[in-house]
Amino acid sequence: MAEKLKVATASLCGCFGCHMSILDIDERILDLVQVAEFDRSPITDIKTIGDCDIGIIEGGVANAENVEVLLEFRKHCKILIAMGACAINGGIPAMRNSFTLKECLEEAYVDGVGVDNPMIPQDKEIPMLLNKVHPIHEVVKVDHFLPGCPPSGDTIWTFLTELIEGKPIRFPYEQIHYD
Amino acid sequence: MSIDTYIDEITAATRNRPDYLLQNLYEIQYQYSYVSDQAIKLLAEKLALSESFIVGVIGFYSFLHTTPRGRFDILISDSITDHMLGSRGLLDTLCNKLGVALGQPRADGRVTVDTTSCTGMCEQGPAMLVNGWTVTRLDQNRIEQIVELIEADTAVEEWPQEFLTVDDNIQRRDILLSDNSNAGDALKALIEQGDEAILQQIESSGLRGRGGAGFRTGMKWRFCKQADADQHYVVCNADEGEPGTFKDRVLLNSYADKVFEGMTLCAGIIGATKGYVYLRAEYRYLRAPLEQVLRKRRETGLLGTDILGKQGFNFDIEIHMGAGAYICGEESSLIESLEGKRGIPRIRPPFPVTHGYLNKPTVVNNVETFMAAALIAVHGANWFGSVGTEESSGTKLLSISGDCERPGIYEYPFGASMQHILQDCGATDAQAVQVAGAAGATLPAAEFNRCIAFEDVATGGSFMVFNQHRDMLDMVRNFAHFFVHESCGFCTPCRVGCSLMKDLVDKVYTGHAGQYDLDEMHKIGELMLKSSHCGLGTTAPNPMLDTLNKFPQIYNERLKHSSYEPSFDLDAALQDARDITGRDDAGAHIGTES
Amino acid sequence: MSTSKTFKLDGKTISFNDGDTIMDAALRAGEYIPHLCHNPEFTPHGSCRVCIVDVNGRQVSACTQPAMAGSEVDNASDNIMRQRRELLQMLFVEGNHICPACEKSGACQLQAVAYYTNMLSPHFTHFFPRRTVDASHPDTAIDFDRCILCELCVRASRDVDHKNVFAIDGRGINSHLVVNSPTGKLGDSSFAASDKAAHVCPVGAILPKHTGYDKPIGDRLYDRQPVSIVGDVAAHEQEQEH
Repeated sequence: MAEKLKVATASLCGCFGCHMSILDIDERILDLVQVAEFDRSPITDIKTIGDCDIGIIEGGVANAENVEVLLEFRKHCKILIAMGACAINGGIPAMRNSFTLKECLEEAYVDGVGVDNPMIPQDKEIPMLLNKVHPIHEVVKVDHFLPGCPPSGDTIWTFLTELIEGKPIRFPYEQIHYD
Repeated sequence: MSIDTYIDEITAATRNRPDYLLQNLYEIQYQYSYVSDQAIKLLAEKLALSESFIVGVIGFYSFLHTTPRGRFDILISDSITDHMLGSRGLLDTLCNKLGVALGQPRADGRVTVDTTSCTGMCEQGPAMLVNGWTVTRLDQNRIEQIVELIEADTAVEEWPQEFLTVDDNIQRRDILLSDNSNAGDALKALIEQGDEAILQQIESSGLRGRGGAGFRTGMKWRFCKQADADQHYVVCNADEGEPGTFKDRVLLNSYADKVFEGMTLCAGIIGATKGYVYLRAEYRYLRAPLEQVLRKRRETGLLGTDILGKQGFNFDIEIHMGAGAYICGEESSLIESLEGKRGIPRIRPPFPVTHGYLNKPTVVNNVETFMAAALIAVHGANWFGSVGTEESSGTKLLSISGDCERPGIYEYPFGASMQHILQDCGATDAQAVQVAGAAGATLPAAEFNRCIAFEDVATGGSFMVFNQHRDMLDMVRNFAHFFVHESCGFCTPCRVGCSLMKDLVDKVYTGHAGQYDLDEMHKIGELMLKSSHCGLGTTAPNPMLDTLNKFPQIYNERLKHSSYEPSFDLDAALQDARDITGRDDAGAHIGTES
Repeated sequence: MSTSKTFKLDGKTISFNDGDTIMDAALRAGEYIPHLCHNPEFTPHGSCRVCIVDVNGRQVSACTQPAMAGSEVDNASDNIMRQRRELLQMLFVEGNHICPACEKSGACQLQAVAYYTNMLSPHFTHFFPRRTVDASHPDTAIDFDRCILCELCVRASRDVDHKNVFAIDGRGINSHLVVNSPTGKLGDSSFAASDKAAHVCPVGAILPKHTGYDKPIGDRLYDRQPVSIVGDVAAHEQEQEH
């Protein structure tokens, strides 16, 4: 039997909805694990990434930690996939780009309704925010895009099976949507 | 005078015609330094236009503003040839000495300093405009004196004459510039020989449009003549905005009679009674002298009714001012602008020869074309065809600037080689020539054997020389920024493509680009070239595509080793957060090398 | 109708009348050419360029180009589809098109044409412009983030409503839609929800209020069938309302 493909996944600035959608492939995951095994992923709870065949990124790039994870993924994955609206164009988090970072932080931590002890956090443990949220292709080269908020389990399945079988990836009309 | 009375007066002078909106706005701008909300409201009432339409027109033209500019409104010419003569340093000095930020009026309202696209003074730059008046040959000394004049509140009209002097700098004359026919000679020939005979002369002369596109002038006039309508128009395109071009400036300064003669000749042939000169706002200083020439022609029977005594030969010319928009050099944009609108290029067909100004048949020709046509009427097609090449008869005026000993105006028979021209102007160590302006072609030394001709290197007249010490990417960058500023914004590929291109050029320039970015420039350029609505969009990627092809080293030497680089500076993107939190620990930075 | 006047669209013979553009003739023949700024009720605009076709080796916008007898029009080659996709990608990065947060999603022509051209990502670098929302009108909101400058509202308000509520201000990449009112707000203009201009926006820029999510995501105009079959969103305005 051929060696299994190694797959890693991560959620950057997203809502984990895309990861939920991976689980929406339901029992087909049993077929998937016949040919693939998960490396770093919230599914395995493995925290560091080794060399992988496929990296799947959910979420946009909003802070320094997102950048770090994304660069690691790019370094270790032969094929990198942007999964979902946020990874592809920043998505809902990118709506903060209409404001300055200062405005956002002041709204959240200083002027917002019900804020006690107003103060913008400065703790070194907290990843520093970028002035804007970016889609991942603005930081690293992306090999495939899988749109949707989230992409459906069927879309993910079509993609993974065709990718693994080395076929050109073609989606039925109803599997591609941006919402 | 109250603004109400002022606007009453200027709109009455233009008979409350909405197509004179731009002319009214131009007057208001220079009277008040901006067009106030009140002025917009009054104009809307007078001209029966919506206020937002007027706001949109103001917003389209660089020289019109809805907020006050300084009483001295200074615009430093920002073309590459100005840069090469040190304009950027002078700009900094000026801002520092006056205590102003670029584009912001000083607190006391006295002065604003900003940049503007090429002002057409390339061979006597760096140049600037003050309240629309041209100041040439700037240097540290002149800048210091200008600062003093402004601080002393000396009106521009009272500034030393040498500041406001614009020289012709004619270096080489051929059949056009050495012609010594008299005003009226072409019109006499028209009356004696008849319009059909003269039109045939123009057709057989092979004269082609001198703006650069090279459409056959005789054919254009014939189409327009044949178009059935109650009114025809003649329009002279004096919106000489292509960076590095200044030959129309010289023709209008010293040969205006012949240009007007050509327009009148055209009117006689196509049956027009009204003509317009669309003069770029940068040449404001030429308006009064041109009006003077027009007056004289009226007095001597060369304009007006029954021209030269010929019954029913009626024609007059009016000067319309542009207001800072390169796109208005495109003939259908120019017509839109003449009609007082935003200068958006029209859908073609129909072409102006059948549906032009006010939807009537209209001939739009370049300044030089009209002059050449007038002289063909005087001397005949053979005289004209005796020089030039088979496909490009006659001569071409070149505006030569950049790294050469004798910049200025050179008239050459078509077919002159780059080599020959460079030798004549004293360019001894040229690495490249940019022909036909920002939208033109970049020629490396290997192509100096090529010739100025429609069938080889076509040009409206711009000829910029770059010596071995120049970084050609500076030129590319200047043009990329120029096109972002001048794209009209109508069609997607040009509006968005120019900005994407500019960002990529800047990315290369700052050393943040990889090979992927160059591939992207190719791709975007190709798309703009193929899918844009007008000639601006299809030629805007030229400087990038040409230099990627012919000067790859200016890109390659700046590339990172990795092929794919982020589109933004990762560490700089944390600066806001560092400022807000005061953090500067390791976690507050992203290493540039991983 | 004269049958002697025909051209080939991807090999199919299309008849046309004098004065027809390629788009006119194709629409009448039931052939789809992707478009955004074109609406057959209005004079052609030719600004979005999404309808580019190749005619005998030259690329033109089908909505403005007069049909020419005997010409070969390419409306479907990989090359044409790729260029359309790139033009759409330009529109996506120029504005802020956050589909998951947009009430028009699923019934948005920009989205639908992008699906049609198989656009999987906006590809280019995003501009993330700072634009505003105008919610001042009781019945209609404008989210300028989504405006693609097709000028259909400008044309409808000027040519049909005779109100001139909209205009374009600025130049180049700074071009933007403005509202004709003392405050620049829609609520202070003469705009009414019954205006033609309220029913022509192909994207989610001009949106009716009080009807949000009446039709659930998944059941919307382009959710199951492509724009090539369903047609323009403006043509479905009536049924959307009821």
